[in-house]
Amino acid sequence: MSKAAVALREEVPLPEEGFEVVFQRPDALVEKQFTYCPGCMHGMVHHLIAEVVDELGIKNRCIGMAPVGCSVFAYEFFDFDFISCAHGRAPAVATGIKRAEPESIVISYQGDGDLASIGTAEIIHAANRGELITVVFINNAIYGMTGGQMAPTSLVGMRTTTSPRGRDPKIAGKPIRVCEMLTSLGGVAYLTRQTAHNVKGLLKVKASIRKALEYQMEGLGFTLVEILCGCPINMRLSPRQAAGFVEEQMIPVFPLGDFRDIKKEPQEG
Amino acid sequence: MSQAVAEKAERDELWWVPKGRQLMKGNHAVCAGAIRAGCTAYFGYPITPQNEAIEYMSDALLDVPGGIFIQGESEVASINMVMGAAAAGRRVMTSSSSPGISLKQEGISYIACMELPCLVMNVVRAGPGLGNIAPHQGDYFQATRGGGHGDYRAICLAPHSVHEMAYHAYLGFELACKYRNPAMILTDGVIGQMMEAVDLDSIPLVKWEKADYTLGVRDTPRERRIITSIYLDPEEMAAFHEKLIAKYDLIRREEVRHEEYMCEDAEILAVAYGSVSRVATGAVRMLRDKGVKVGLFRPITVWPFPYDALGKRARQMKAVVAFEMSWGQMIEDVALATHGQSLPLHFVAKHGGMVFTPAEIAEHLERIVADPNSQGSVWRPH
Repeated sequence: MSKAAVALREEVPLPEEGFEVVFQRPDALVEKQFTYCPGCMHGMVHHLIAEVVDELGIKNRCIGMAPVGCSVFAYEFFDFDFISCAHGRAPAVATGIKRAEPESIVISYQGDGDLASIGTAEIIHAANRGELITVVFINNAIYGMTGGQMAPTSLVGMRTTTSPRGRDPKIAGKPIRVCEMLTSLGGVAYLTRQTAHNVKGLLKVKASIRKALEYQMEGLGFTLVEILCGCPINMRLSPRQAAGFVEEQMIPVFPLGDFRDIKKEPQEG
Repeated sequence: MSQAVAEKAERDELWWVPKGRQLMKGNHAVCAGAIRAGCTAYFGYPITPQNEAIEYMSDALLDVPGGIFIQGESEVASINMVMGAAAAGRRVMTSSSSPGISLKQEGISYIACMELPCLVMNVVRAGPGLGNIAPHQGDYFQATRGGGHGDYRAICLAPHSVHEMAYHAYLGFELACKYRNPAMILTDGVIGQMMEAVDLDSIPLVKWEKADYTLGVRDTPRERRIITSIYLDPEEMAAFHEKLIAKYDLIRREEVRHEEYMCEDAEILAVAYGSVSRVATGAVRMLRDKGVKVGLFRPITVWPFPYDALGKRARQMKAVVAFEMSWGQMIEDVALATHGQSLPLHFVAKHGGMVFTPAEIAEHLERIVADPNSQGSVWRPH
């Protein structure tokens, strides 16, 4: 247990008998409050990544990529090496790092503008080369940090600050489905879409992140976990309504489940 | 490891090191020099006239222990792979030509801000736009003023021979790593494509070790390391700027390099860098054979530019003449170097992708020897 965690426990001493710690900050997170908006789901996903890193005992091997977007400061929160990347370029930076440090475990954390718009070339080619990295892809169907502009994953008809009349497919096309797009690529070992809007979803998110990291460690290929999230502030919704938006409007467009799992596929040759 | 490789390795564990005296293209020499200098990673994208470099690395690096080669999906991706490998402690390079270098500038700006070392070669072609693939020097401003967004500089070397291409790969890595800053080799198709003898054994052999600021597996306990280029608080940004400025001032003091040819008693001074300086050397020799007192000043580092040395040398001259394969870019640095001196500055251009001949340069120099105020080429700020 880190010194910080001990200090935290010491502040609130436990009674000597009858109590045990059942939930606390994972060791892979530093003692720093998340700076995300109320109702944002980044914090929960960060927490789950850190829990899996702890469970696998790989903290000292992890290197993270922070994107451009709301999670630009992701490196503030994790207790392992991190690099912040230019918009969309995280998979290329991850490629350079993983190839240079093959024993490291590389986690690229990206949002939908970063990954599915400006960084499409980088994600497609990293996947196709089968880079041994794990991409955690947060899809909240909107640009958060810049203030609610249309994302490549914004739904048809969705009002944003750059589609004030609703996303019109004639102007902006339809939402990009990243998992579906990447399924055909040869280097992919694991592709899944999960949701962070409810507890059941979060449990699956955690299991998926664990599987992705395990596949990376086994050298099976490229792994990506897409996670549907809400963005209450920019969608002008309450946190509860944002969760409802994910449930009722996003999941029908972005169906949940595994799109590739190399261990369940018949092997060539 | 194949059996053939294993046998080679048994005979000589450094069998993969480029060595000896070889007849090489400039684009190959850069790579050979880089590998001798400890480069173990290359990421690039094909573009003429530098394809020999990526082709060479795609083969040679596979023999280098721990060597990494990737043909990236774009110049943008390649420079970001360079960033990653540099962050993980490799001596890493990329190469491209003008349009591709424009694409890499985003990454170079980030790498400068992250204070990571890397080597970038620009085999300049004529622009703007697609332009053509012929030799040109139109990227001088971009190369010497940072090139991407923000307030930074890249150390910029301008080799004039194939051997110097190999040596500058070494020098570029040394400077990049010493100052934790991107270094650039600014050259063109003349040097990149021509073949000359290279004495590879004279290029120092470097065994590069991971530096203590880089990311990686923490075998021994240490604090996490963060590499970033974001400073949201203006006061923090300003403090970081000051750190960069101090570094650049140190580079300006310590790392300026130039070469003079027959300048001692010269009355007219030619200034040229890279391939043009090579042609100008021939022109100066031709004129000296006729007893004409001309000399050549060649900046080897174009950033930092040898302002002091050029200013000092210019004082004895009746005129200074810059020769460039562009509309006039280095001439502005020549003007800064000779600021306050009342001597005429001349500028002679060759552009579009055409190259000077020695006779042509000699002809211009003779005209200016005859009349140092010759109006045909006097340059003024405009």
